[in-house]
Amino acid sequence: MATRFIKDTGLTARMTLVMFLLGGLFVAVVVGLMYWQPAYAPIIGLIGIGIAFYQWWSSDKVAMRAMRAREVTPEEAPELHGMIDRLCQLADMPKPRVGIADTALPNAFATGRSPNRAVVCVTTGILHRLDSDELEGVLAHELSHVAHRDVLVMTLASSAGIVAGMLTRGAQYGGFGLFSRGSRNNNNGGGAPAFLIALAVSLVVYAISFVLMRLLSRYRELCADRSGAYLTQKPGALASALQKITGEMAAIPQKDLRASSAMNAFFIAPAISGATLKTLTSTHPSLEQRLEQLARIAAELGRPTP
Amino acid sequence: MRLVDAFLGRNRPRPAQLDALFGLPNAAITLETAAGFRPTGSGAVCYRAAEGAAAVQTQADIVALLDADDDGPDVERSTDSFGFTWLVTRHDDVSALCTDLHAVNVVLEEQGFGSGLLCSMVPFVDAAGRHVGLVYLYKQGTFYPFAPTGEHTRDNLLEIQIRDQLAGELPMEKELSRWMALWGAPGLEGTA
Repeated sequence: MATRFIKDTGLTARMTLVMFLLGGLFVAVVVGLMYWQPAYAPIIGLIGIGIAFYQWWSSDKVAMRAMRAREVTPEEAPELHGMIDRLCQLADMPKPRVGIADTALPNAFATGRSPNRAVVCVTTGILHRLDSDELEGVLAHELSHVAHRDVLVMTLASSAGIVAGMLTRGAQYGGFGLFSRGSRNNNNGGGAPAFLIALAVSLVVYAISFVLMRLLSRYRELCADRSGAYLTQKPGALASALQKITGEMAAIPQKDLRASSAMNAFFIAPAISGATLKTLTSTHPSLEQRLEQLARIAAELGRPTP
Repeated sequence: MRLVDAFLGRNRPRPAQLDALFGLPNAAITLETAAGFRPTGSGAVCYRAAEGAAAVQTQADIVALLDADDDGPDVERSTDSFGFTWLVTRHDDVSALCTDLHAVNVVLEEQGFGSGLLCSMVPFVDAAGRHVGLVYLYKQGTFYPFAPTGEHTRDNLLEIQIRDQLAGELPMEKELSRWMALWGAPGLEGTA
């Protein structure tokens, strides 16, 4: 049987490498904890895994609440439901719940711990700006996130960073007394260097995990673009939607600029040539990269067969 | 989708399943004897036409193929509000209708567009003027009845009744959430 589905082995290989590195980082953190402080290691590890598990388990509720989105029935939003019905039928996946968030910012997201418990949410801003073809492209992209289990993947990938972040916090606050008690057998001053080493190591782990996470996130976006474009067979519609959305999104800051993270200071260092700070830390690939990939898919779909 | 593929972000489009479509002629006889529903003589394939020159060429090939046989009149083509293409073919004989629908599927598959096939629909009508469409889902290989009664209302009781009557002959879709509403599908419109 003929297929117009082209594999992107390079993308798969790069993404697998990043996931492997993140897994290695997590193992390194766990092993390091066991050697360094056997008494507290299981507790810190369990709390870290517990936080990650909670984030993954309640991802749909938390995200819906954060975006102030409400679930809509097929009667309330027949076009949106009809579109998702058809896409789920084409992709052969269970239909997720559908939500609408009442904000002018054009955006869409999908979350949930498994395809059976997923929710796809769009903002009223995106409903107003995009035509039906473009909206379908965006929905197919979000459904691909669900099919790829991106919430689970990103939660697993973040576990090393979560544990490292907890260590940093612990070392900053009550950690001093805790750690010096653990090394009571040493000289009196033995606690301080151990605490400093712990702080430094966990900061480095956190920084590496942060950069790798963002890299993985960009790869997952490209994968979702690909699968979405093959699902609707209209890469052009997704491309024009992306142009419309990112053009407006770029002008509006997504984060509260006052809430600058304490970690940001550490990322000036790894400014590798060719990669600026912005491209290194952004969660989404650049518009040019995404359009380039969509253009390749469009060429393959339009290629006449002999 | 396999878990490995999900984690690697790969998505192999699911191929369409065509075999169960040929159970339709027998089911049509059962529907007529048991429930009094007769085929209206038309049938439609609904698929997603890809963008680009290849899909346009494929569509032209399909229309030419179906128009080539001397018995059948022209094929009608329309696009619905969801961006899916409907190809409607007419035949009084349900077997011939099935052959036509199958031909459309085969050409699409040959050209690599098989994953875009959504469903086929054959409409039926009874003496009281009630319409019901028998819908075939390509990804599942199953059928379900769709009985619109108005603009956006459907007769669920009749649908479940027909499902039970045909359960012995056709693979019926068990998951009720997959029973998509096809408002305004060709052959079922104007039933309000």
